[in-house]
Amino acid sequence: MSKNPQPLKEKHGAHPLDDLIRTDRIPHIWCSGCGIGTVFSSCLTAIKATGIPYNEFAMVSGIGCSGRAAGYIKLDSFHTTHGRAIPFASGIKMAKPDLNVIVFSGDGDLFAIGGNHFIHAARRNMDMTVICVNNLIYGMTGGQVAATTPSKAKTTTTPFGNPDAPFNLPLLAYAAGASYVARWTILHVRDLTNAINEALLKKGFSFIEVLAPCPINYGRRNKQKSLDTLKLYQEKTIIRNGADPARADIDFDRGVILGTFIDRERGTCDDLYEATCRRSED
Amino acid sequence: MKPAVRTGNHYITGDVACAEGAIAAGCRFFGAYPITPATEVAEHMAERLPDVGGTFIQMEDEIAAMASILGASWTGTKTMTATSGPGFSLMMENIGLGACTETPCVIVNVQRTGPSTGLPTQTGQGDMMQARWGSHGDYELIAIAPSSPQDCFYHTILAFNLSEKYRVPVLVMADEIVGHMSEKVVIPDAKEIALVSRPKPTGRKDRFRLYEPGPNGVAPMPAIGEGYNVHVTGLTHDERGYPVMTPEAQEQMMDRLKGKIRNNLDDIIHTEGYMMDDADIVIVSYGISARTGLTAVDEARKLGYKAGLFRLITVWPFPERMIHDIAARVKGLITVEINLGQVHYEVERCAHGQADTYLVGAAGGAIIHPDKVVSLIKEVFQP
Ligand SMILES: Cc1ncc(C[n+]2csc(CCOP(=O)(O)OP(=O)(O)O)c2C)c(N)n1
Ligand code: SF4
Ligand SMILES: [Mg+2]
Repeated sequence: MSKNPQPLKEKHGAHPLDDLIRTDRIPHIWCSGCGIGTVFSSCLTAIKATGIPYNEFAMVSGIGCSGRAAGYIKLDSFHTTHGRAIPFASGIKMAKPDLNVIVFSGDGDLFAIGGNHFIHAARRNMDMTVICVNNLIYGMTGGQVAATTPSKAKTTTTPFGNPDAPFNLPLLAYAAGASYVARWTILHVRDLTNAINEALLKKGFSFIEVLAPCPINYGRRNKQKSLDTLKLYQEKTIIRNGADPARADIDFDRGVILGTFIDRERGTCDDLYEATCRRSED
Repeated sequence: MKPAVRTGNHYITGDVACAEGAIAAGCRFFGAYPITPATEVAEHMAERLPDVGGTFIQMEDEIAAMASILGASWTGTKTMTATSGPGFSLMMENIGLGACTETPCVIVNVQRTGPSTGLPTQTGQGDMMQARWGSHGDYELIAIAPSSPQDCFYHTILAFNLSEKYRVPVLVMADEIVGHMSEKVVIPDAKEIALVSRPKPTGRKDRFRLYEPGPNGVAPMPAIGEGYNVHVTGLTHDERGYPVMTPEAQEQMMDRLKGKIRNNLDDIIHTEGYMMDDADIVIVSYGISARTGLTAVDEARKLGYKAGLFRLITVWPFPERMIHDIAARVKGLITVEINLGQVHYEVERCAHGQADTYLVGAAGGAIIHPDKVVSLIKEVFQP
């Protein structure tokens, strides 16, 4: 256990989150107007608010623009392979259960190439917090269709519009067994920060989907400027805690539900392993 | 907790001996996905690990299994997985991540015949080149080939020791016959087993650089939670562990990754000779096929040939110098392996035209009969 360093309040220009940022790695790679930075700073604020010593956290990311988060946070942090953040994090958690493990990654990483890992970690109730920056697209590789891209949306690999239907992520997380499921947008910073904080303190598999614009590789092709996207987040969302995740499809015409969908108690993977597999001395 | 080292004489399979070797070596995390003929390693670990304070987890696939042992290794835990061909293929990307991030871990591959699902689950040694080059890019790792259940025990310990010392994934390249056969395995007293653990940082935390090499070229490795705030990435990185996207950074990183292995070959390469002193026909082999080679040497000697066996325990890095030197003083080198020529081409490369090189190979599915080797000797050499 070590005491968290205090931010340098006096010093001019110091940012209150500097103690959690690898300032020697700034400037970051994220485009202006990108939503990832907001999710990242919410996450840092939420970590800080837990009061838990920083050395008891680890952050794991996959590959993608969102996956670069692990490279900017001043915690033990891991930038792994595309889609594999969750099983890497599961190894950390199961080998050292007292660590607080955070997975921070993109929608493509967590739900296309990494989808199988997501459902199994949720099923086992692996005690970790998974934050998904859902920008509806593969940002890093230049805007290809994702498993979250709305039907008919234009991407570089769906030039005629997306013929497929997207995942409803809260429903998927709930059905697979997650203990905590919430969705917010980067416009709802306070709610988002509170949700991440709640998720970090919650025992079990917590999942937070955050809608965030990728103006460069999604917005541009779908006639949405950054501000238009934020307007949608403001005008076409409905906050309804406890809503049925089956109604959580992302359809901005009908309105997109935000809030905490699920908050339930269930034995975690590490606790159940202890209880089931470690036999008493005899 | 139960004792980790089951000292005594046992009659067990190679798979079980691998598991016992791992536990004796200090392995306390095992993540895997079932596949014959490696499943028994997992089954034995599932039973044994909780009793020695370790953790077993059956992951959703081999990609996840490999990822899990890398993550667990960064908590300061010795970790292992076990698989066979199809699973080995799935592990490749994360084996590269392990090499790039210098994460100690052990991967047991109980080989069966491929390609694809192949002959489940009869023996083969067709994954030897994949072991060396299966993940994309240049990298170094270590591969060891056990020939018996007793080897499985000791070689798994050796694999852990090398992995910890050099911070590199180490492959134990067994095969179906070695994995499934039962033989006597002697497990010594715990205090007779020398164990190595990864070097730990000692200096000031604020001056710590994640990949600053120590005296043997290997950087000390902190564990998660120790307050070093490590950043670990599969991107090309500098000594701080930070991504740097330049050819210069790539060259520096590769120099270190290659150097720590290439500059310590004497420590890493283990081989064994049988009747090598006066031999002018040398069988080069490894794993189960080294036992074919052993019988072939005895048979050839009976016929008046000066045959010897050079057995590779460490296959990767390849004992280039040794093969080169042997080739300088013999008539011929015969590689025996259950594939259609993999290590054979390495032998040919290192012999460098100084001696004739031959392959006694097989498409897979069965052990190679020593007669095949003896007939080749009779065909091409005079006693
Ligand atoms: C195995 C593998 N396949 C493909 C890629 C290329 N790739 C890099 S990032 C990425 C998609 C990332 O999308 P997402 O997770 O949504 O992150 P974003 O960039 O949108 O934040 C892909 C396909 C890769 N790095 N590895
Ligand atoms: S490409 Fe999109 S997701 Fe990536 S940094 Fe730019 S705006 Fe953000
Ligand atoms: Mg995305």
